[in-house]
Order: sequence, then C-alpha cells, then structure tokens
Amino acid sequence: MSDDHNHGTELVPAEPIENPGLPEHLPRPTDVDPVAEKRAERQVATLFGLSGVSAVLFCVSYFAIGKRDVFIGIEALQLALGTTLGLALLFIGVGAIQWSRKLMSDHEIVEYRHPAASSEEDRAEALAALDQGIEDSGIGRRPLVRNSLLGAMGLLGLPAIVALRDLGPLPGDSLEHTVWRTGMRVVQDVDGRPIRPEDMQVGQLVNAEPAAFFPSEEGEEPEVPEHEILAEKAKAAVILVRMQPDDIKDQERAQNWGVDGILCYSKICTHVGCPISLWEQQTHHLLCPCHQSTFDLADNGKVIFGPAARHLPQLAITVDSEGYLVAQDDFNEPVGPSYWERG
Amino acid sequence: MADSVATTNGTEPAVTAKANPAAAVATWADERLGIATATKKQLRKVFPDHWSFMLGEIALWSFVILLLTGVFLSLWFNPSMGEVIYDGSYEQLKGIHMSEAYRSTLEISFDVRAGLLMRQMHHWAAMLFIAAMLVHMMRVFLTGAFRKPRELNWIIGGVLLLLGILEGFAGYSLPDDLLSGTGLRIADGLVKATPVLGSYMSFFMFGGEFPGDQIIPRLYTAHILLIPGLILALIAAHMLLLVYHKHTQWPGPGRTENNVVGYPMMPVYAAKAGGFFFITFGVTALMGGLMTINPVWRFGPYNPAEVTAGSQPDWYMGIAEGLLRIMPGWETHIFGVTLSWNIFLPGQIAPIALLMVVLAYPFIEQWITGDKREHHLLQRPRNVPTRTAFLAAMITLYGLLWAAGGNDILATTFHLDLNTITYFMRGAIFVIPPLVFILAKRWCISLQRHDKEMLLHGYESGIIMRDAEGGYTERHLPLSPERAYTLTAHERPEVYAGLSGADANGLSAPKARLDQLRARLSKAWYSGDVQKPTVAELEEAHHHAELEHAHDAPLEGHAADGHQFDGRHEVAGEELTQKH
Ligand code: HEM
Ligand code: FES
Repeated sequence: MSDDHNHGTELVPAEPIENPGLPEHLPRPTDVDPVAEKRAERQVATLFGLSGVSAVLFCVSYFAIGKRDVFIGIEALQLALGTTLGLALLFIGVGAIQWSRKLMSDHEIVEYRHPAASSEEDRAEALAALDQGIEDSGIGRRPLVRNSLLGAMGLLGLPAIVALRDLGPLPGDSLEHTVWRTGMRVVQDVDGRPIRPEDMQVGQLVNAEPAAFFPSEEGEEPEVPEHEILAEKAKAAVILVRMQPDDIKDQERAQNWGVDGILCYSKICTHVGCPISLWEQQTHHLLCPCHQSTFDLADNGKVIFGPAARHLPQLAITVDSEGYLVAQDDFNEPVGPSYWERG
Repeated sequence: MADSVATTNGTEPAVTAKANPAAAVATWADERLGIATATKKQLRKVFPDHWSFMLGEIALWSFVILLLTGVFLSLWFNPSMGEVIYDGSYEQLKGIHMSEAYRSTLEISFDVRAGLLMRQMHHWAAMLFIAAMLVHMMRVFLTGAFRKPRELNWIIGGVLLLLGILEGFAGYSLPDDLLSGTGLRIADGLVKATPVLGSYMSFFMFGGEFPGDQIIPRLYTAHILLIPGLILALIAAHMLLLVYHKHTQWPGPGRTENNVVGYPMMPVYAAKAGGFFFITFGVTALMGGLMTINPVWRFGPYNPAEVTAGSQPDWYMGIAEGLLRIMPGWETHIFGVTLSWNIFLPGQIAPIALLMVVLAYPFIEQWITGDKREHHLLQRPRNVPTRTAFLAAMITLYGLLWAAGGNDILATTFHLDLNTITYFMRGAIFVIPPLVFILAKRWCISLQRHDKEMLLHGYESGIIMRDAEGGYTERHLPLSPERAYTLTAHERPEVYAGLSGADANGLSAPKARLDQLRARLSKAWYSGDVQKPTVAELEEAHHHAELEHAHDAPLEGHAADGHQFDGRHEVAGEELTQKH
C-alpha cells in the first residue's frame, strides 16, 4: 500500500536531539585495583567451593537421615535434601554471575543489523528458481494431474481419522441409563448399609449409592464388576434428603416419588458433573462446590443460582417389603452434564 | 558468507591450536564438522542487557528443570488406572482402593528418597514456567517487541503458552487423586457440551464412559512425549529466530535501529545466562524442599461421588474457571437437541477467541497504524498509550476472572455473599476494564507530558529561588545530553488519514467503509498523544532559560537554601541551613 511508510529511511530520526554516541567506558575497581581483583577472585572461588560442600552434604543427608525422621515438625529428609540441593545450585549460579560482573571484560561491543529480508537479487533469484520449478513440473498446465493429486492427498486424511475409531465405543444410549432399576436398594455410600425411612431425621442429608456397588448380604461379589464401578458411580450416585413434608412445594410428587418427606436426587451436577455436596438445611439448598450452582431440593431440584441450566434429576423411591428404601425405577431422564442429543 | 570459507579454512590451523586445549578440541571438531564458519560470529554475538530480558530466560530454564525432574519422576510413576489396594508406608490410606497411578505417586512421595522433592520441584517449576511465559509476553507486548520482523516469534510464543497450559493440565491429571479427577470430570463436561459431537468426543477421549481406564495412560503419552516434543521444537524455532533477528534493545546514546550494543555471548552472556539457570534451578529446589504443593495424599484417590469444598485448579486455569462460574445458566432445547451455551461459550468459544486475538494482535496493530517497517528499538510503554492501556484493561479482565474463579474462597475469607460476588463479577468484567483503559491511557499521556516538560524546561531541582522583587520560583536544571536524547529517541506518530480523491473513488463500497474504519481507528489510536518537542520548541525553551538565567544573575554567587544539593555549585565552607 502506498500509505505505508515503507521507504527504508532511518526509523528514529535523530531529532530534535542528535544521538550523542556511545558513552565512554568507565573502569571498575577490579579493572584498576589488583587488590580488588584478587578479592573478587577469592569471592567467586569461595562461592563455587560452597556449592561443592552443599553437594556433598546432599549425599550425606540422603544416606544419614531416615525417611520418617522429623525435625521441628518437618520431614527432616525432605528439608535437608531440598536445602542442600538448592544451595549447591544457587552458589554455582551466584558465583558465575559474580565472575561475569567483576572479572570478565565489561566492554560493550557493537554489532550491526541487517534487514530480515534477503537482498533484492537473492529474492529475485529464489523466485525465478521457484517459477522454473513450477514451470518444469507443469502443474499449472496439467490440471488433471494437479487435481487428482490434491484429491488423493485429501482422501489420505480419511485413513488418519478412521484409524482412530477404536479410541472408544460409541455412546449409544449409555448416557441415558444408570444401574438403578425397580426395587434396587438405596444404600449408605460408605459401607453399603440399606436405609430405613426412620433412620433419617428431618433436615438430614445422606450420601447414597445403589446396592449393586456392594457385596450382597450373602457375601456375593457386587453386581457391577469392580472395573465398571467408577463409571457407573459417576452417573448413579444420589443423595437422600428428609424435609418437613409441608415444606415440599410439589406435594403430589412428594407423595408419588418420595417416602414421608424423604426425596432422592442425583448427586451429579447438571452443569459439568461434579458431585454436589454442600447442604443448607434451613433453605433446602444444595450447593455444588465446583462452580456454585445451587439447587432447591424442596422445589424439584430447581436451579436457583449459578451456571447450571437444568434441575437435578429426581429418583422415585419407595420402601420394599422389609421397610428399606428402594428405587421405583431408573431415572426418567439422563443425569449429569448436558450433551447435544440429550434433547 | 562466501569469503568466510576462505578465511577459516586456514592451511595450518594446528599451529595456533597447540597453545590452548579448548582450541585443540575446537580444531578437532571443525576438521570433521566445519562448525567454525557457523560459530565464528555466534560466539561473540551481542546480547543487550536489561532486567526485563530475563523473563524469557526464566521460562526457558524452568522448562529445562521440568525435563530433568520429569524424567526422574517417570522412572517410578506408573500411568495405569488398574485398581490396587494400597499397602505402602502412608498409614492413613492403607487398605484403600486406588489406581496404580495414584499409588505410584504416593510411592514417589513417601518411599523414594528425594521423590517428594522432585515432585514438588516439578510442580513449582510448572508454575514458574507458565508464569514466566505470561510475564515475558507482557514485556514483549508493552515494549512493542512483537513488531515487524518479529511477528512470527510472537505467534510461536503464544502457541508455547497454550501448550504449556495444556501440558500443565495433563500433568495435574496424572496422579489420579481427587482433585485431578475432578479436573478431568470438568473437562469431560466441557467436551460433552460440544455441539453435535460432544458425547462422541468424550467417549473417544476416555475410551468409553467417564472416567474409563484409558485417560491416564493417554494423558501420560501426551505429557511426556507429544507436548514436550512440540514445546521443544517451538522453543528451538523461537531461539533461532531470536538469533537471526538479533535481540531488540532500548534506545539510548549510541544505540540505533541499525546496531545492537551489549555484551558478547562468550563469555559474559554465557556466564550470566548459565549462572541464571543455576539460580532458577536452585530457587526451584528450595521451593520444592520447603514449600508443600499439591499434597495428593491428603485428597485421597479419585472417586466420582466425592469432592472437597474449595477445590481449585492450578492458578493458570483460573480465568477459565472464573468464566465457567459467572456464566448464567443458558441452555437452548430446540428440535430435540441441546445447546449448552452456559458451557461451550466460556469453555470453548471464549478461550479460542482469546487465543485468536492474542495471535493476531501484531497484525491488527499494524493495520491500524499502517506501520509496516522493521523495528528493533523498544518503545517505552508510555509512548504508546493505547496499547499500554489495552494491556492494562486485559490484565484487569484477567484479574477479575481469576477472582471470579475463586468466588467461594473470596466469600468465605471476607464473609461476603457468594451470589452477590457473582452478580458483581458479571457486570464488572464489562465495566471495569474499559474504565481501567481510560485511566491507563490518561496516565501514559500525563507521563508523556512530564517527559516533554523536562526536555523543555529541565528537571525540577527542588531549589527554590527568591528573586530581587521577592518572588519565588523553583529552579529547573537542564537534563544531561544522554538523558535528553534517550527521552526523544522515538518516532513521531503519523495518523493514517484514509484514502482520498481518486484512490478513494476507485474503492468498492465495503472496501471504502473498511478504509474509513481504519482511518478512524488510527485517529483514536493516537488521540491525545503528546508529541516530543521539535527542534524549534527546544531552541525557544533554551532561549527562555537563558533569559531567566540573566534574570537570576544578580543572585549568582549568593548562597540560597538548597544550592548545596544541586551539585553544580561550590559548596565548600557553606553551612547547610542559612540563618535568616
Ligand atoms: C512443559 C513442561 C511440563 C509441565 C508444565 C509439567 C507439569 C506437570 C504437573 C503440574 C504435574 C503434577 C505434579 C504433581 O504430582 O503435583 C506433572 C506430573 C508429571 N510429569 Fe510433568 N510437566 C512438564 C514436563 C514433563 C516432562 C518433560 C516429563 C517427563 C519426561 C514429565 C513427567 C511427569 C510425570 C512422570 C508426572 C507424574 C508424577 C507425579 O505426579 O508424581 N513432565 N507434570
Ligand atoms: S459442576 Fe456443579 S456447578 Fe459446575
């Protein structure tokens, strides 16, 4: 463009003041005074010497101090190794810098710059060579060759993508289901004990899980195999909460889906999936520790604050013949974070 | 380069080599590798000196430390999600189910001597690496060091920062403790929110349903091979370009656009930079030895049904965290699909947009100012008020988002209401950065004005003069020629005025509009800038000063309070305080 000041002129015109040129070099004490010079030399050597001492101390500590030894409340080995290694390194560094500042020549030198670009002739030659190459290949004159090559190169991308297919299985409908099903007991997450409604006080919140994650009462292996438990837990973890039945807004649902004011919600945040854990008894609010989405458990798990967009899914519960809390069925909607085909 | 072949391929190099063993080695190598041609200039290559040029060095050295400590860790770390029952020497976790990755991290921390030291050094060095890159980038930005011909190095630097953050996140995820698993859970949520492909991407990433048993081994490959390899290659390119372009320098006496003044690579720069490597390494070792970081044993193994309150990612994820937290819960359900604006706007669009702006910045500024020349002298931040103010606004935005990422911690520490903080932040990120922009621009302009005052009238000496009529004035003393030159060694801005006449008529309508926009932006860019004085203004000021001097002349030789300090008068025998 004509407006660009691209004229190769001096960029910083020496105006309004002339460039006075490089200042005169002033000698340092170590340049003129042999005593100062000797002193600096000794200083540098001492620093290097101290580094060596620290390195040796590192090795001594490594063998002499026990792994569990404690020194004024701190792990002694860790303390000793960190300090000795740190000092061994620091002394070398400080010594080298001291050496360069005090003893190495401190005459500044000047180098000239050249434009980043090649000379005009070189560029012309390179462009000519490039043109010649393109011309010789005939790529411009033979569109058939060119286009078929481009097509082939493009298609090579396909194997590269297809070969990654086995990175994982397709989602299918697995995000829509959890291990919950009709009659499965809701158990304590710590020890797998089943829960009766009377075990819970009003205002109490219990972290719970499906019984399928724990060995059965007869001591059989858990229904869900060991290596799948984490993935299933990431969807099936729930919380049980008991409220004053009158406090619950949707009475019909409380009757049909809950037991005596006990409701069961997914524990997995509908934002990006953290387990939700902070319970405020008075307000019936449940707060996610990750990004503070807040859900009202007395109001169908509605979002009342924060970045989550969807209410917490509720699990319909009832009691079985022995009086323990069980699921009526699986969740009737996908739990956890949103995804495109969730609808 | 042609003549250098002739001069270095001497006929009898061995004769001089006898004297010095280093030269003997060099000669041996040169006879086989021909490296003298390439190194003869580089060995005495000039590096200008300034404290701010050290920031990039810290980043480089912390990367070297990461390589060294990382290799140490990889000797014991076992990147497997296979389940085991802990039976190591940390009592509190005995008998607990955990992954092999977590167990081996505990082993490194408690059973390998110096293992905890190396783990903590690795983590501290990672923090330092990213922090140093960020501050280095700000230095480059503020001083205009990204201008032509260094735009590519700016882009490489931006990509390095991105890779560093990804590498840090991958590393943070490796120990498979509760915090790292929570981080992965959030990453899974972010990925799942991708339109159309989300759930597929998540399943491919985790090798099935989250958390699966693949993610740790996969992240391990990325963490110790793929990303460090890329970082290494880009650092090499960064350094090569640095050598090719030669370092920028601050303007000053004898320092011009056409030269570079400083100390030679061998020995001064090598000793300083090498020494600095050891200092960085030493400080990292002290930090690793004395300051606990990421005590994974306290968090326990990952369990998707557990989380600790106040869980926080490493600081460099803070702005992403903040964006996620203050975003309102917007989601669209339409035609049977879900669009999670609340997640993919802050989690995907915003970081990509930010990266694009950062990478494109040199070209944007170039377009606005119309300046396509090479620049090797740095600019003082005050002399480019708009750019400086833009960075100030960006830093403010960064800080606000960062604070928003810790809104729960702010709430508990200062007993504030969490929701109020969040609502405040939602507004603040739109209001406060523009205010900071205006303030910072004003401030730069007033600093420019101050510089101009000093050039014209000298600096304020603090000496109060009383003239014959009894009036008081503060005495101004002229700047030294070096100082005065340094203050004026920058360009006079030229506003891009837009095309006119025949040029403008030839443009199509959209192009004409673009040209007008450009002219307007260019005007705004330089608006308010204070121009350095012209030759005429300086002469006029000097003339004025001489008159003033004549006016004061009767007082010369009379002691006045404060004379003692101006350094330009005989003070022998004078008392510090005069009696009146
Ligand atoms: C840019 C470079 C790098 C960054 C930012 C980085 C960052 C991290 C972080 C934050 C951790 C978690 C540490 C912890 O346990 O607290 C980590 C772990 C680890 N890193 Fe790196 N790292 C880098 C390069 C490397 C390299 C080059 C290697 C190996 C050659 C490596 C090997 C490891 C290993 C084995 C672990 C797991 C050990 C453990 O957690 O105890 N890292 N990394
Ligand atoms: S995961 Fe719960 S608020 Fe983000």
